Amino acid sequence: MTATLASALVTLGELALWIALLMAAWSATVSFAGATGARRDLVVSGERALYATFGFVVLASIGLWTALFTHDFSIKFVASYTSANLPKVYTFTAFWAGQAGSLLFWTLILAGYAAAAVFSGNRGERTRGFMPYVTGTLSVVTLFFLLTMCFGANPFERLDWTPPDGRGMNPQLQNPGMAIHPPMLYLGYVATAVPFAYAVGALFTRRLDAEWLAPVRRWALLSWFFLTIGITLGMWWAYVELGWGGYWAWDPVENASLLPWLTGTAFLHSIMIQEKRGMLRKWNVTLVVTTFLLSILGTFITRSGVIQSVHSFAQSPVGNWFAGFLAVSIAATAWLVATRLPDLASKAELESMVSREAAFLYNNLVLVGISFSVLWGTLFPILSEWVRGEKITVGPPFFNTVNVPLGLLLLALTGVGPLIAWRRASVQNVRRQFTGPALFGVATGAALVALGMRDFYAVVCYALAGFVLATIGQEFWKGTSARVRMYAENPAVALVRLVAKNRRRYGGYVVHFGMVTMFAAFAGMVFKKEHDVTLRTGEKFSTTDPWGHEWTFVSQGVSQYKALNRYVTGVGLDATRDGERVGVISSEKRQHVDKFDQPTFEPSTEVGILEGPKQDVYVVLAGVTGTDRAELRIAFNPLVWWVWFGGIVMGLGGLVVMWPQAERARESGYVTVLPPSAGGVPGGPLPERAPPAPAAAGR
Amino acid sequence: MKARSKFLVGGFVILSTAATLAFSSTKETAQYFLTPAELAEKVAKDDSFRENGVKVGGRVVKGSIVREPSGRSLTFVMVDTAVQTVTYPVRYRGIAPDTFTDGVDVVVEGRLGADGVFQATTLLAKCASRYENAPEKGGGEHPAGVPKYAPAAPGGAPAPAAAATPATGART
Repeated sequence: MTATLASALVTLGELALWIALLMAAWSATVSFAGATGARRDLVVSGERALYATFGFVVLASIGLWTALFTHDFSIKFVASYTSANLPKVYTFTAFWAGQAGSLLFWTLILAGYAAAAVFSGNRGERTRGFMPYVTGTLSVVTLFFLLTMCFGANPFERLDWTPPDGRGMNPQLQNPGMAIHPPMLYLGYVATAVPFAYAVGALFTRRLDAEWLAPVRRWALLSWFFLTIGITLGMWWAYVELGWGGYWAWDPVENASLLPWLTGTAFLHSIMIQEKRGMLRKWNVTLVVTTFLLSILGTFITRSGVIQSVHSFAQSPVGNWFAGFLAVSIAATAWLVATRLPDLASKAELESMVSREAAFLYNNLVLVGISFSVLWGTLFPILSEWVRGEKITVGPPFFNTVNVPLGLLLLALTGVGPLIAWRRASVQNVRRQFTGPALFGVATGAALVALGMRDFYAVVCYALAGFVLATIGQEFWKGTSARVRMYAENPAVALVRLVAKNRRRYGGYVVHFGMVTMFAAFAGMVFKKEHDVTLRTGEKFSTTDPWGHEWTFVSQGVSQYKALNRYVTGVGLDATRDGERVGVISSEKRQHVDKFDQPTFEPSTEVGILEGPKQDVYVVLAGVTGTDRAELRIAFNPLVWWVWFGGIVMGLGGLVVMWPQAERARESGYVTVLPPSAGGVPGGPLPERAPPAPAAAGR
Repeated sequence: MKARSKFLVGGFVILSTAATLAFSSTKETAQYFLTPAELAEKVAKDDSFRENGVKVGGRVVKGSIVREPSGRSLTFVMVDTAVQTVTYPVRYRGIAPDTFTDGVDVVVEGRLGADGVFQATTLLAKCASRYENAPEKGGGEHPAGVPKYAPAAPGGAPAPAAAATPATGART
């Protein structure tokens, strides 16, 4: 690419950002005007402007990527986060490594989602009526991000001089996990905007039956899927890169990603109750709105610097933009919900405490309880400063004390919810479904106590995990054997068809299975053991791991050498388990240098991890004294492997659930088919009716 | 009793238990989060305030880090980010995170000793601060007398002796 072309592309990108801003403003204005005034021409114009916004945001992104790849260090963003010798892949990912670029990245995803949502929504008979409001709402959100960028943190901001080289990327961010973790998280965060837009549309039009929920469910699932992957990758990155031996520290930024996941998960469950029974209408609208607001709050926490976090971006005026947007969104949606309360009345009543509805309600209660406690703990420093004038923080013990019991209750409900009958479960139903799994759970707990496990919460956790696993196994077994009997299929074929024909249900079980393994893995960390040792070359350290195996580590000596772009001090430990050699675990300290041999950034640590399903042996080189005394931390982290396994399984389960399926095939797949809820009009395309009088007259 | 009321009772029991747990553990784990200036003020007012475990957020004074070769302990001087005259020497026992370096914002947890040295049990360093700033003019020149890596971690990475801090003055 010639330099002229490159600089033309960059200039074009900068210009495109401003045009996108105008387009989004136009789309927001005419979409709402067209919707409330029933002007079809304005609505169409708003949609086109939204597609155009996406196009111009793409151009702006191409501009920034061009600047990154051509090393245009006159642009502040490029000079701040990259250097000429940065590997290509990280030059690409530098796009979202800093404030301004990550805002553009966020906007790119948002505009893409918005275009996709409006395009697909217009093709659906049932969704078409909402589209003007969906278009308008998404344009408002896009407009906000474009405003923040153009006036708060412009990625194309120029320096008044051109440095010879950029500052480079933090080595901790030069990790494959870190390269894909932010995009995954953003894809999840941003997808919450579409359900929010539909909620606004449904509230405006007062069409709050299940019809608006079909597209919302798909988008909520997409968001959930990416958030799950993003959070798991974040844990993995923290575990392998940060070297403190854990994967979750209840840091505000971690909490910020968990919050929308929790309320989104609650919504994916409660939506089923509205679909089947017409209940929980207010609740579902509230959850959709809350999930979106929590995503924005998360972004605010990450970017404003109001809360001390290890991960936060530097203090920045962008925080005020987010606080303002948050306040306006809360006020607007609160007004919408308040003025539509009569339309949100429930269509049915809870009939029995022993029913799926009740189990799901409790599931929601617990998930929201966890969200609230996490939010409380995260915002506590701000709240205490408001109330008492002093900043007071709460630490991980707070989060654990509150959330461990709630989490265990959630785990128990994971087993109960999917198996119990709708409306009112009979004694027979309960006995048939739960006798086996309950016995299995109790047996698991008893066996662990007999083997010497004494930690109360851990025993309860494993007993409940056993119970839930048994319910899931039982479901797959019953479904498969029924098919084998009815269609004379061989068991493997029957299993595949069972899942394929009931993706929502069995995909959900797969997700639950992943969740159970994660819980089991979390409980495993109770038994973590760690040792600080100093080893000279040839010296050995012997210890017993939490499983009772005898380990011996022999230092292979300290080596110092220069690699590609760094100086390395490394140590290798020859590890032996129960007298059998298992290999060398090595850990390094690295000092990255630039082309003039000057150190860039702080020395970073490469942790040595011997992974396994039972436990990880985790070795951190703290330092070297003299020439060959390695100061080490050696830790046994039980069951961590199952956290990653659980995350992958949950993601796969999510894919099964999301995989498109013809409407009819899915309906027949249900075991429980309920009569349509009273008053609701499920199914059947709705006529393109005008919004009810009050909504229109209100303008 | 109707199912709805039963559910509400059950929900109330669960949530109030959770709230009780939250309330009591808030009390147990709550810690003051102060700036060095605020800490100085509180100690001046009531010397027994030293007994409290607190969190203090400040900035590492450039060139003040002295690492023990073992990597298990270090000392540095922390300065208030607003009131530049208030400083505290800090002694931290433990493995410092990779992000800990000259000029970064840190949060230390521990208590102020009678000798005026803050004994920290945990140390958090904000990782983003350093690359949030654009290079400044002349940023490549090294401030005199601030050899960064050589004395700090002789056993750590074998950085060349000539290596001094590039662009340490960037965070302003």
